[in-house]
Amino acid sequence: MLTDKELDKIAGLARLKIEASERERLKKDLSSILDYVAKLDSADTSGVEPLYQTTGQVNSTRADEPRGEFPMGDKLLELLVGQAPQSKDMLIKVKHVFSKS
Amino acid sequence: MPEIPKGLTIKEAREGLDRRDFSASELFEHYKTRIETQNPELNAYLTIFDKDSSFKFQDTGSLAGIPCAIKDNILIEGTVATAGSKILENYISAYDATVIKKLRAAGAQFLGKTNMDEFAMGTSTENSAYGPTKNPLDLTLVPGGSSGGSAAAVAADLAIFALGADTGGSIRQPASMCGIVGLKPTYGRVSRHGLIAMASSFDQIGPLTKIVYDAALVLNTLCGKDIFDSTTVDKPVPDFTAKLDLSIKGLKVGVPKEFFGTGLSAEVEESIRGAIKQLETLGCKLVDISLPNFEYGLAAYYIAVPSEISANLARFDGIRYGYSSPNAKTLLDTYVQSRSEGFGPEPKRRIMLGTYALSSGYYDAYYLKAQKVRALIKKDFDQAFKQVDVIVGPTSPNTAFKLGEKVSDPLALYLEDIYTVPVNLAGLPGISVPCGLGSKSKMPVGLQIIGKLFDEETLLRVAHQFEKS
Repeated sequence: MLTDKELDKIAGLARLKIEASERERLKKDLSSILDYVAKLDSADTSGVEPLYQTTGQVNSTRADEPRGEFPMGDKLLELLVGQAPQSKDMLIKVKHVFSKS
Repeated sequence: MPEIPKGLTIKEAREGLDRRDFSASELFEHYKTRIETQNPELNAYLTIFDKDSSFKFQDTGSLAGIPCAIKDNILIEGTVATAGSKILENYISAYDATVIKKLRAAGAQFLGKTNMDEFAMGTSTENSAYGPTKNPLDLTLVPGGSSGGSAAAVAADLAIFALGADTGGSIRQPASMCGIVGLKPTYGRVSRHGLIAMASSFDQIGPLTKIVYDAALVLNTLCGKDIFDSTTVDKPVPDFTAKLDLSIKGLKVGVPKEFFGTGLSAEVEESIRGAIKQLETLGCKLVDISLPNFEYGLAAYYIAVPSEISANLARFDGIRYGYSSPNAKTLLDTYVQSRSEGFGPEPKRRIMLGTYALSSGYYDAYYLKAQKVRALIKKDFDQAFKQVDVIVGPTSPNTAFKLGEKVSDPLALYLEDIYTVPVNLAGLPGISVPCGLGSKSKMPVGLQIIGKLFDEETLLRVAHQFEKS
């Protein structure tokens, strides 16, 4: 079973706040999934290279040239900045980082 | 308004349009009326479009005038895309996904956006923040998931075809539970540009259709290298409908013994055994094969996928798009509170799980181990495909289950994908085709056919010949 300390550490890394009411349930769910995946320990992977993707493509690069499919203009700028919940003068607005001491 | 037959396939609709039995505009209205009547009960659609909301009817193109439904994690410019989550409740797409551009160019018409498990995480569509979709064949049952809205829309004839996306079975499993055809193409075939990402090395967009021919036809439109998705592969795209009618006599069909172990319901096994016998009658040569690492597939998937999820969903920070908590006072508050209030229980579980698997001290034991097991699973398939042309088995261990039956047990829901996830781990193409009703439940069973990398042609041919027989 995950400990409260572990749960808090993961939640902090994931930028999530776990409500007291969710806590026991989440600990139980995560622990049961971790118990299930523990079966991976019995797979013999000695000498096996990890597989991160399946198409075998390596360094799929393109020429560093403007392509023009998304020409930046007022309309696109408005659409993109407009996706932010808060904006001002075509800039995305965020809360302050430092607090007054 | 002319009489429009029920349950039209793309092929039939095309013929009707060409004969001028009905116009594209009348066809669209026909489906819109059906949706307005039936959607309140089914909840298959989250957004319903108007005919004149920017979609121009055209006469040319392989899908000209064909009305379709789009899963709500695929972007259509100027329309809402929620991905089934409250955190994107008011999110308006700024551009078209590549598949949408391609469908537009082929003349397809968009009826609306379909319901799904939140961020495609689920196997029953009950994880949607907008309420569950119901199975049109029995309203007390789930339609499967995560593309449950798309599957229900096609099965209830509220669209001629639909797009879904499949990370671990999300096209094939709901297709199986709703009694329709669902195709997951090879990873790299179809661009993911404009698909809201769940697990980027697994996700693949594909069609849900009434017949195999339609799946082949839609696939023709979707495929191809895309500069906006560098994981797409520059391979020739054949006409997938061209060889459907060729005989499958002599084709080698692999039957993995691991697909018939514990957990498989008796009625699904009975249907699948019957379907395999049918393939033999059609002249296929059955070959007993083994996928020795199959038992580790689901476990590897539920480490690798949450890991990618924890990274992909980091972008939902309350600043760039979607929901932003009005209660936040500092920048850190904005992140934490927006995410905590905006995500539902399943995304939170998977973000937590992925964060754990990637965290310092656990990375080797979980993430790295899972990716090594992924290599073993791919190797098993590579070995098997030296002997056989396709592999067959069940799509899902059970037929559609009751709404609410498994919702409180995440692991039980995960197990519904046990036969579909190994296909995504290896990047292979897979299709689910209806193979009759379970003897006990009287609900549809899906036969899963798995192909070699980039060999959708053979897969579709076997599926088509099976469907015809």
